[in-house]
Amino acid sequence: MTHPNPDRNIIVETVCRVMIPFVQLFALYVIIHGAGGPGGGFQGGVVLGSSFILYIVAYDLKGGKGRLPESSRTYFSALGLYIYAGIGLLAMIFSRGAAQFLNYGFIPFTSHFTENRALGMDFVEIGIGITVMAVTASIFFDLAEKDEEPDTDPKG
Amino acid sequence: MEWFVAKVFAKYNYWISILIMLIGFYAIIAKENLIKKIIGLNIFQTAIFLFFISLGAVKGGTAPIVSEEMVKKGYPYVNPLPHVLILTAIVVSVATTAVALSLIIRMYRQYGTIEEGEIIEKLKEEGIEVK
Amino acid sequence: MLSPVEHFPLLVVVLSLFSAFSIFLAGWVNRRSCVFISIGTLIVQFSMAIAILHRVLTKGPIRYRLGGWVPPWGIEYVMDAFNGYILVVLLFLATVCAIYSKRNIEHELPEKRASFHTIYQLLITGLCGITVTGDIFNMYVFIEITSLSAYALIASRGKIALKASFTYLVLGSIGACFFLLGIGFLYAVTGSLNMEDLSLLLPPFYGSRAVRAALVFFLVGLSIKMALFPLHTWLPDAHAFAPSEVSAMLSGIIIEVSTYAFLRVAFSVFTVDFFKGLPVFEIVSWVSAGAILFGSIWAMAQTNLKRMLAYSSVANMGYIMLAVGLATTATRPPWGGLTPAAMHILNHALMKGCLFLIAGAYIYKGNLWEIRDLQGWGRRMPYTSAAFVIAALSMIGVPPSVGFVSKLYIILASLETKQFVFVGVLLLSSLLNLIYFWRVIELLYMKVHEGEHGHVVAVPREEVPWSMLLPILILSSLCILVGLLWLTKIPIPILDEVNAMFRLTGGR
Repeated sequence: MTHPNPDRNIIVETVCRVMIPFVQLFALYVIIHGAGGPGGGFQGGVVLGSSFILYIVAYDLKGGKGRLPESSRTYFSALGLYIYAGIGLLAMIFSRGAAQFLNYGFIPFTSHFTENRALGMDFVEIGIGITVMAVTASIFFDLAEKDEEPDTDPKG
Repeated sequence: MEWFVAKVFAKYNYWISILIMLIGFYAIIAKENLIKKIIGLNIFQTAIFLFFISLGAVKGGTAPIVSEEMVKKGYPYVNPLPHVLILTAIVVSVATTAVALSLIIRMYRQYGTIEEGEIIEKLKEEGIEVK
Repeated sequence: MLSPVEHFPLLVVVLSLFSAFSIFLAGWVNRRSCVFISIGTLIVQFSMAIAILHRVLTKGPIRYRLGGWVPPWGIEYVMDAFNGYILVVLLFLATVCAIYSKRNIEHELPEKRASFHTIYQLLITGLCGITVTGDIFNMYVFIEITSLSAYALIASRGKIALKASFTYLVLGSIGACFFLLGIGFLYAVTGSLNMEDLSLLLPPFYGSRAVRAALVFFLVGLSIKMALFPLHTWLPDAHAFAPSEVSAMLSGIIIEVSTYAFLRVAFSVFTVDFFKGLPVFEIVSWVSAGAILFGSIWAMAQTNLKRMLAYSSVANMGYIMLAVGLATTATRPPWGGLTPAAMHILNHALMKGCLFLIAGAYIYKGNLWEIRDLQGWGRRMPYTSAAFVIAALSMIGVPPSVGFVSKLYIILASLETKQFVFVGVLLLSSLLNLIYFWRVIELLYMKVHEGEHGHVVAVPREEVPWSMLLPILILSSLCILVGLLWLTKIPIPILDEVNAMFRLTGGR
């Protein structure tokens, strides 16, 4: 008979295993519906990041880092920013300098000006959400690190 | 009595906001524990957010999303601009708290304490005067 | 149709943002490439800033609507002569410090290079954003981006820098919250956030208490950020214990951009007409006189070289704010209006940037923090110490250096307004500067004696690497060249245009 591991709590783990996908689904809902209701990029990104924080609260930090290693967090934060600033610059490029930054109407997603604007807004929110997720998860993962050696600089 | 009602009761949102601001400010100044100082800073910033949002409140107003009932009632919506400003300010506050907490963690690893007085004592022993 | 130059104010900000995250990614692949991406981006931004200044001086202000939305509903970036000038100064100092940081960061923080350059580029994003924006809440967001990057950069060295950065964090956040409160009051009264729109909507409300309270909140909040005495207590520790190029950026440009923010709020939002009958600028000038005196006196008492320079920064912010305090009353060109203040922003960036980079060079070579350890190093590091002498003479105010021109113009402005106390304060502080800088220069060139019979030891010559020496030499030679430039009055028309725009000079 195997002894139960005191560090693991089976109830918390099972509940979190069920909840995390729904939390992420809700986060995606909040990101996409930001234009028509309360929500938006930052709010949805924080909820998405908190799904990873829930994982490391229920399981351990090592498992969390296995799911979302530091390289992934770096790539996601850069990816989100590139989407945001890239869409903004696309507006300038597609209109050959006539439109300003983030003037999404000029990006030819569809043929209507207002439709392009709505689609541009949604893409920008997705970009913001990805960056915020990566950064929020990074904050908690880094704050939860175990103790390291103090700095050995002789003079301050 | 009318003066009192007009000045205090009618503007209760401003008074509450200032009261919470002062509580937060007191915590920043008077508490020695560094984490309590950061909590005080958060309380101070939250009070400012409350002040801002209360500026945009409209009696009988609902969320600024156009729907059938809103058209019937004549568009009574709360001013959405302060809400948007405060969302941005909340992001700033979260980032500030994150930086402050990581500084506190590194200071704890360095000095073994998070009381400001003890840190200043330890720095004095090393011969460095800080304020 | 928008010409390419009109897109530059925005591209300056977005380019830093792109390069910050590109450095973050590149740090995973190859750590050595980070600094080159940073320096390359800064050179491109500096050329854009010069193009913007040229365009603004020849054809007039640039107005750029973000997203195509018409202000006051949309955010607008406005470049006029004042912005353009500050942007050029800012990006020049940033480029020079980035070139210096290549070897210094390899030496001090070898494994954190990628993070350092990422946060450095984010700092540049924030600083450029404060300078170009024409929307007051956008300015608050960029002020906080700048401040957060500064907190992280100061704390990167560890140990005492952590405590210094923590104090700066708490005080700086309070200052930014006051700025936000000021924005709240103005929004409550007018309902607009665009600076130009506010200047048109505010005049009926000039007598109301909310608007006056807003000005007080702006003044106090930005005084914390620019370390105006008596709200300067975070500055000595933060500037002294940060990495040297960060100290140069802090003293040289970050506190000056907070001064720019105050001037923008005071003269573009509350126009000159608001201050008629209010003693705001008198109070500012008297407080700055206190800053000058106390900063210089405390600097004399320091034994740590970088702390001495940090207290000298407190005194120099006093000079800038004294010039600001006299701006509304001194109206005769060429010393009237904002000219002495804007002039000293550039001059202080050159002088103090050079001095902090030199202090960093001494720390790089021999871990020399205390002044008494500098004995004899003047002969060991001849070029660095020669640059120190030039920069120190410039701080004292020896003609024809930049320091002399600043003090001359401030004295002329105080003479015009018949405030002879300020003339006395300025001369006294020059004397105090002489005392504490001469102490260092004398120690640098003193001969090192060893042994019982007092033989003079021949010292070997060891200089810092070229990538650190070049910025020092560039800045110190500019201390003299720009001084000559100011004396021949070539760049004065830029500042005259600033004064005309804010309606500060009387009979132009």
